[in-house]
Amino acid sequence: MRKRDVFVAALALVVLWQVTALLVNRPILPTPLVVAQVFVHELGHGLLGHFFASLWRVVASMALAVILAVPVGLAIGQSKVLDRIFSPIIYLLYPIPKVVLVPIILVFLGVGDLAKITIIFLILFFQIVVLVRDQAANLPPQLILSLHSLGAGRRALFRFVYLPASLPAILTALRQSVGMAVALLYVAELFATQKGLGYYIYYNGSTLLNYPAMYAGVVAMSVLGLGLYFTVDWLERWLCPWQFVT
Amino acid sequence: MIRLEAMTFGYPNTPPIFQDFDWQVLRGETWAVLGPSGCGKTTLLYLLSGLRVPIGGQILIDGQQLTRPRPHTGIILQDYGLLPWATVQANAGLGLSVRNFYGLDGKHTPQDYEPNTNVAPWLKRLGLVSVANKFPSQISGGQRQRTAIARTLALQPDILLMDEPFSSLDAVTRQDLQTLTLELCAEQSLTLVIVTHAIEEAVSLGRKILLLSQPPNRQPAIFDNPGAGQANYQHDNSYQLLCQRLRQEMESV
Repeated sequence: MRKRDVFVAALALVVLWQVTALLVNRPILPTPLVVAQVFVHELGHGLLGHFFASLWRVVASMALAVILAVPVGLAIGQSKVLDRIFSPIIYLLYPIPKVVLVPIILVFLGVGDLAKITIIFLILFFQIVVLVRDQAANLPPQLILSLHSLGAGRRALFRFVYLPASLPAILTALRQSVGMAVALLYVAELFATQKGLGYYIYYNGSTLLNYPAMYAGVVAMSVLGLGLYFTVDWLERWLCPWQFVT
Repeated sequence: MIRLEAMTFGYPNTPPIFQDFDWQVLRGETWAVLGPSGCGKTTLLYLLSGLRVPIGGQILIDGQQLTRPRPHTGIILQDYGLLPWATVQANAGLGLSVRNFYGLDGKHTPQDYEPNTNVAPWLKRLGLVSVANKFPSQISGGQRQRTAIARTLALQPDILLMDEPFSSLDAVTRQDLQTLTLELCAEQSLTLVIVTHAIEEAVSLGRKILLLSQPPNRQPAIFDNPGAGQANYQHDNSYQLLCQRLRQEMESV
């Protein structure tokens, strides 16, 4: 995908928005120009703080998910016994829509950041465990044997084979989950907080009826999602260069 | 140097592949192990490398019983076993990296090992300098095989085991690498055991040939082949005769 194509697509979406706004001609759909002006103004008046509150929650969830899910995925992926014990449990838990757990988690973990981070973490955790497990389990046996023949024991196998082999799986899991994580962030921030883009969007849209500000929040949330997506993309190019060679 | 004493081996719930099998390889010899599919060639190589352990009898290397991979034995597997995410240089240095990772623990690393990461001389000797920063997916089959050889030789082995190393290469590259392998074995005083299903390859490379048959293998069938490795040996009458004889033996199995 070329940068120019992405830019043209973004421009086309803005034009579509502009045309729709002019046709609808109601306060509920302001034009992109109005939203852009409000966005810039709001940045200096609290939006940035909400943005960083949300960014922190989603990045903390991602970091926590990677730190906890990768060892679990690797362990299950390279041990038949662990796979037999844990895979059925994951099989049952993985498809549960984690969003329905929001009220329960809020009751258990309270109204602070921990509850919100946990909600997003749960989504990412299962996604990463499953992908890393499959990656580790499907490594060619020849690769493992040849490392054994070079004197590698279990520790060296983790360091030189399992960990680098699972990097693309981790990044794929993150990329696949970014959209869902940001969506869940919105839901989580509707409850019991006054910080975060979810709260900002809802408060401006439903309480203040300040639609341009609400849209500025939506734009900020899109920037957050896109930014994370691009970061994962960049990390993949940086950490897994072998996947991009021809 | 390598001695198999009444060795028995079979995979679980299958009949044994080797039964009370005796065989001996002297230091500096070049052996080709030949046989049809399923005769246990690759299994024999895994046993010699310590990746598999006999269920009966024993394998001795320099008088020591072999129970796990031995740091001075180098093995090159059929598909080279290169890490797709590491460059040629990193792959060539992988064995050294593993040793440096463990340090001088005497188990994964030989006692006389001096920490080292320099594979440049091997890259040069094997003609890999120009592709040192490329990934395995970017280089030819012959270059991948050379990388696997560099990785193994960088560990300064005294035994080199190769499993069908040239089977997926074109004829010119194959011949080129066969010659290189014999040169390196002579330069480094290596004991070579090479497994192949190709009669011509076995006769070109092995001064001694071990012919395996349908399991269980009990008695080794050994053929002397003193002309192997000599220039133009392929055009020699004794080469043709041995190929013919081995073909008859394999067909009668």
